Amino acid sequence: MKFIYQTWWKVLAVILVFSTFFTGLLFHVPTLPVLHETIRNLYFHVPMWMAMLTVFVVSVFYSVKYLSTGKEEHDLAAVECVNTGLLFYSLGLVTGMIWAKYTWGEFWSGDPKQNSAAIAFLLYCAYLVLRNSIDEEQKRAKISAIYNIFAFPIMIVLIFILPRMTDSLHPGSGGNPAFGKYDLDNGMKIAFYPAMLGWSFIALWIATIRYRIRLIEYKKNAIN
Amino acid sequence: MNLINQTWHLFKKEILLEWRSKYAFNGVLLYVVSTVFICYISFNLTPGFEHSGGYKIVWNVLFWIIILFASVNAIAKSFMQESKSRLLYYYTIASPQAIILSKIIYNILLMSLLSILALIVYLLFFTNTIGDPIFYFLSVLLGSCSFSTVFTMISAIASKAGNNGTLMSILSFPVIIPVILVLIRLSKGAMDGLERSLNYGNIGVLCAINVIVLATSLLLFPYLWRD
Repeated sequence: MKFIYQTWWKVLAVILVFSTFFTGLLFHVPTLPVLHETIRNLYFHVPMWMAMLTVFVVSVFYSVKYLSTGKEEHDLAAVECVNTGLLFYSLGLVTGMIWAKYTWGEFWSGDPKQNSAAIAFLLYCAYLVLRNSIDEEQKRAKISAIYNIFAFPIMIVLIFILPRMTDSLHPGSGGNPAFGKYDLDNGMKIAFYPAMLGWSFIALWIATIRYRIRLIEYKKNAIN
Repeated sequence: MNLINQTWHLFKKEILLEWRSKYAFNGVLLYVVSTVFICYISFNLTPGFEHSGGYKIVWNVLFWIIILFASVNAIAKSFMQESKSRLLYYYTIASPQAIILSKIIYNILLMSLLSILALIVYLLFFTNTIGDPIFYFLSVLLGSCSFSTVFTMISAIASKAGNNGTLMSILSFPVIIPVILVLIRLSKGAMDGLERSLNYGNIGVLCAINVIVLATSLLLFPYLWRD
């Protein structure tokens, strides 16, 4: 847990994200039909999902840890990671929708990728509802940890596996090539990989701050 | 060996209890039959609908929706009907894996039986348009297995969290939507009599979801039952 109090990765996150504002907007990108300059959305849309995935993985890790140790802090970490993940989830959906407006013609065109992303959003909303429905703290922590672990593989199947099997317009799905195949030349990689790393660190940073606030509240409310 | 033995005994107990009261089975069967009948009457209001182009799609989707709600009703009971003291007694004599496994196997049996009967009733009332009956039958069986595995674990979670029906549907619907999407695609393929090899991918996804859900249930249930 010492990691969350260190400074170096937070500085790194800020530098990386700032650098992608310049490299992402200024560097050369391949000229492709339909996409044109919207290909730059790759630097801002995909990292949101990467950030979400990072905090969700951390959340599952802490849920597992809660079940094995029963420490209240682990539950707080898990729930704050999910809250942060949902923020990046919405950002990922919004950036995807703006991109879809310019390439597919509609904000929401019922594409399988969009639909399953919306369903997976419900999955995590159900997690929050489940938390609110139980009053007893330890019971709430335990049951929501179980649901969190249960929901994670389903979310992976929904977002990353199912759309690939249907006729989705989303790059990387339904036989469409992902950008990684041959559009992602070396120039784009310079902007893309730092963005992925930087936004993941930003998400972790937000989650740790929220966790620390919750921890202070928890300690204040504790009976000594 | 111990686990298999315990599971077998608990499974026999579930069947025996159900056999004595026949409550869940008859209740859900009546539910299915009356839903099918309501649909039949409603469709009869527009004569000639079975010759229109959309009939097959409606046929297929309607069948799955009926099965979905029937299975929510049937499986939600699996943990709620147990009294607290009886659960406590099970925990002293059997391992948690045996309890969840026996419930899952029992629900698979119940749902397979129910959905086969539902299919027969459905075929009686609505004109048969299935192109590949054996494959459609297989998809119905796969569907009832998947519904059982998913709903059993969710009903265990919901029963620990206050036992209300709202929570059960909130928790289960996001989980069941991918399953039902794949199922509708699979059974639509069987209905149109498509080449079977086209659907192997869908069967693979369903089996994968089942294995994931089963594995997570077995891993997580031991933490869930301890109060």
